[in-house]
Amino acid sequence: MKFVDEFRDPTHAAALVREIGERVATLGRSPSRPLKIMEVCGGHTHSIFKYGIEQMLPPSIELVHGPGCPVCVLPVGRVDDAVKIAETPGVLFATYGDAIRVPGSRGSLLDAKAKGADVRTVYSPLDSLALARKNPDKRVVFFGLGFETTAPSTALTVLEAEASGVDNYFVFSNHITILPTIKAILDAPDLSIDGFIGPGHVTMVIGVAAYGFIADTYGKPFVIAGFEPLDVLQSLAMVVEQIARGEAKIENQYRRVVREGGNAVAQDAIERVFELRPHFEWRGLGTIEHSGLTFREPYARFDAEKAFAIRTVPVADPEQCQCGDVLKGVIKPWECKVFGTACTPAVPIGACMVSSEGACAAYYQYGRVSTSARAEARRELKVVR
Amino acid sequence: MCLGIPGQIVELVDETKKLALVSVGGVKRTVNVACIVDDAHPASGLVGTWVLVHVGFAMSRIDAAEAEKTLALLEELGEVQAELQAMADGERA
Repeated sequence: MKFVDEFRDPTHAAALVREIGERVATLGRSPSRPLKIMEVCGGHTHSIFKYGIEQMLPPSIELVHGPGCPVCVLPVGRVDDAVKIAETPGVLFATYGDAIRVPGSRGSLLDAKAKGADVRTVYSPLDSLALARKNPDKRVVFFGLGFETTAPSTALTVLEAEASGVDNYFVFSNHITILPTIKAILDAPDLSIDGFIGPGHVTMVIGVAAYGFIADTYGKPFVIAGFEPLDVLQSLAMVVEQIARGEAKIENQYRRVVREGGNAVAQDAIERVFELRPHFEWRGLGTIEHSGLTFREPYARFDAEKAFAIRTVPVADPEQCQCGDVLKGVIKPWECKVFGTACTPAVPIGACMVSSEGACAAYYQYGRVSTSARAEARRELKVVR
Repeated sequence: MCLGIPGQIVELVDETKKLALVSVGGVKRTVNVACIVDDAHPASGLVGTWVLVHVGFAMSRIDAAEAEKTLALLEELGEVQAELQAMADGERA
């Protein structure tokens, strides 16, 4: 496929791996004190596992998988709200496939569907609007999920619903924003990240300049990256290069898609329809100020929270689930007690095992055990011998 | 749902509603092109354009020249490494 195959070339990958290795060797890091680079976005986590990028890297680099998987950071209480709306008589609930298996405290949307709720999987918010037109006797609710990548699509769909006078259409907005999240990571006391691979598609919308504080205030390199294996490797090389030179800059590796100023139409759509909530709860990260999007007053009639009188009750994660620690990068998925045993993609306990962008699902699907775990296993083997 | 996929616009479906038919690896689907249309880039000139599609919306034009530049950098890196390798081998010979 054009603009895909070229960025998967193995010869170029080998050259980049070599470049990264040579640079890292000058930094005096070791597997016990590795260079920690976080990929913020779940899309990158997926690419890293799919192409086995972690295995290509020198052991003195550790990739920390960040919280940029919108389905994974959705707290249990909000899933319960979605199930409650879906179970309301006369409701047709439309969701992205990623979210249908996420367990709430009383089951998932899929469980609700099995019990008779009208839950449909859609590819686009436009599909949910089409369902509203086709089913005028029902209240159609779209599960609005995602960072700034998908928020414009929801906003534009709401504007279209308004323009065409569709009055049985609602959105349960769980849209979130990236900047407060990155700031929360940078302020977290138990995390020490040396540099970042930045989210390409969020930046395609919000633009490059927004990240300035990461370099200026926190002194961390931040490279906005594409999603093919060569994009990820090249971005890693750029982060390592900055660290080697003692620099901290915002760089854009993904120039073919990301423009300096982002996408003005998309920014306007978000700005017109949504405003920031005072605070929003995240799974694993707690409450983050100004990190969630809700409807502005002129569009309040589309707000499912108002139409269905939703009052979110915070619900703790299941006791055995360590999704929160995985999201913060404190533990690796395979270090969780229930990983791959009680918790699998077919029967997930936590959200990180559900979405294809979740770190646990990616580890499980591509059968990876981290390099440090393998080193550990080798050491143990030697002891036995 | 956050993964974008490249596609090529093959037909303008509705200029006012900003809908176009996009071919993604041979599969065709109507997508909303509002985010990639402005005064400098009218909808009428869209056919043939490569775009990145997210949840039914074209969110960015893919800049072929920038893609080439990125690939050229990678090409260069490979060449420099090959050259250095040849030099090192030459030393040993």
